[in-house]
Amino acid sequence: MRRPISLYGLTFSLPLLVWQLLFFVFPLVFLVALSFWTVKNFTIRPDFNPVNWVTMFGKPVFWQAYGTTFGLAAAASVLASVVAFPCSYAIAFKLSDSARRMAVFLMVIPFFTSYLVRVYSWQIFLSDAGIVNVMLGAVGLGPYPMLNTVGATMVGYMTLALPLVILLQLFSLVFIDRTLIEAAHNMRCGRIRTVFEVVIPSARVGLVIAALFCFILTFGDFVSPVYLGGGDPTTLSILITDTTKSGQQWPRAAVIALTMIATLLVVAFLSVRFAYAGQAKGSRT
Amino acid sequence: MNSEQINRSRTVDWTLRAYIVLAYVFVFAPIAASFVFSLNSDRFPSIPLGSVSLDWYRAVAADPLVWQGLGNTLMIGLIVGVVSTFLGFGAAYTDYRYHFFGKQAYLALALLPPTIPVIIMGLAMLAFLSRVDLSGRAISVIISHVVICAPFAMAIIRLRLSQMDPALEPAAWNLGASEWATMWHVIVPFTKPAIFGALFITMAVSFDEFAIAWFVSGLNETLPVKVLGFLQGQVSPRINAIGTFVFVISMTLVIVAQVLLSGRAAPKSDEKE
Repeated sequence: MRRPISLYGLTFSLPLLVWQLLFFVFPLVFLVALSFWTVKNFTIRPDFNPVNWVTMFGKPVFWQAYGTTFGLAAAASVLASVVAFPCSYAIAFKLSDSARRMAVFLMVIPFFTSYLVRVYSWQIFLSDAGIVNVMLGAVGLGPYPMLNTVGATMVGYMTLALPLVILLQLFSLVFIDRTLIEAAHNMRCGRIRTVFEVVIPSARVGLVIAALFCFILTFGDFVSPVYLGGGDPTTLSILITDTTKSGQQWPRAAVIALTMIATLLVVAFLSVRFAYAGQAKGSRT
Repeated sequence: MNSEQINRSRTVDWTLRAYIVLAYVFVFAPIAASFVFSLNSDRFPSIPLGSVSLDWYRAVAADPLVWQGLGNTLMIGLIVGVVSTFLGFGAAYTDYRYHFFGKQAYLALALLPPTIPVIIMGLAMLAFLSRVDLSGRAISVIISHVVICAPFAMAIIRLRLSQMDPALEPAAWNLGASEWATMWHVIVPFTKPAIFGALFITMAVSFDEFAIAWFVSGLNETLPVKVLGFLQGQVSPRINAIGTFVFVISMTLVIVAQVLLSGRAAPKSDEKE
């Protein structure tokens, strides 16, 4: 299949390679170098000094933010998966073909609406005199402070991740061999038991990947924790924007960013291994 | 079919359907609210609704900075769309036709960028671009957006290429067409719907991206960065007006792309072109 390298082939292959090497790989590699540079008198100079790593890793604030971010993202992944599953399951198995196509089309729409605008919209719902509290007040409850809480951050995270999680789960569910489910039913396997012992193991890869994407999205998001969570507790993404925008401490921000990338790589690696380790078991069922 | 009927209960079916509706209500509530409140006269949006008014649209239209942001967004989106579609097409064609050492790495480069958190991309781009004196300009946003948009174009066009009869290209060569002529008269016409689909989708992605743009744009703010500014300042229903406006543009792009991409009845007429 090998062909000699030709001008024709290179015309199509090279531009993307060059672009992504220059503007994707190189900036990320540069981030590593930057994390060893030092800041003196508000200017950044090339250096090889581990001081930024030592400073950041020595700060309790950093580890608190790390714990918060990791915990919130993990909780969001579990919550999104649990909330999305009945929905994707119902779309996959309880709707007609045309209704399913419509459902998928509708779920794509949120990707093309501004996430910022949706978060602002949630402020309208959740503020002290907002829609939810007015409605609760009508039945004699509240008002409850809802904005600037972890719960509000979670609502924002769901806004960000739920459509993607539903779609990814759905794609793994529609490809399940239906005869497997019929076989389970024929053998008098109950409905709930069929879901847990046939459907979920068969769709395991897709379900884990969906949760992983939720983790990646929420782990790096700074909009929900700031504009719905009120910036408290601080997350790593808030720490990055603060460090970058209001001081010239780019090297320290680079340390945070690299720690985040390392965490995401480990989480992604473990999830994928977990997903495929389960697949063998799933196909046996 | 029969076995499904054994395990079928109306209550469960309807509960599940109701659950779907509930999930969609959660997803669409903020989108719908933003539209409704963009037309509402009250300064502090809540229920009961005030009167219908276009005041927020007028306020937005009277703000020269919004127009400047819109101009930047449109210009950047258009260039990003064209460049990412070209790069994505090249990568998709490379994957379709060639086998070479390191292809996995090539494909990783072509597809991975959107999975890196935008905030990290933003920081990395800002640090790198300011080093080579390219930060704080429209070109900085274009460069960064192409990085995350090209993978979408690549995926869309690759999908279309996989629908193409693999014998088509060699057939054209056998009939004496050069590689370039085959590209121009066979492959480009066949992938044309996907090329335009990719163009519109990448434009829509660039149109909504705010985090990287916020880091690298400097004074050349795009419209989403402007919205971020509104969010940071005093909260105002103007965001709803801009949001609705941007939503209409994005959806137009997406629907046009959808129509182009679902035109699957057309492969025969494509070949005639």
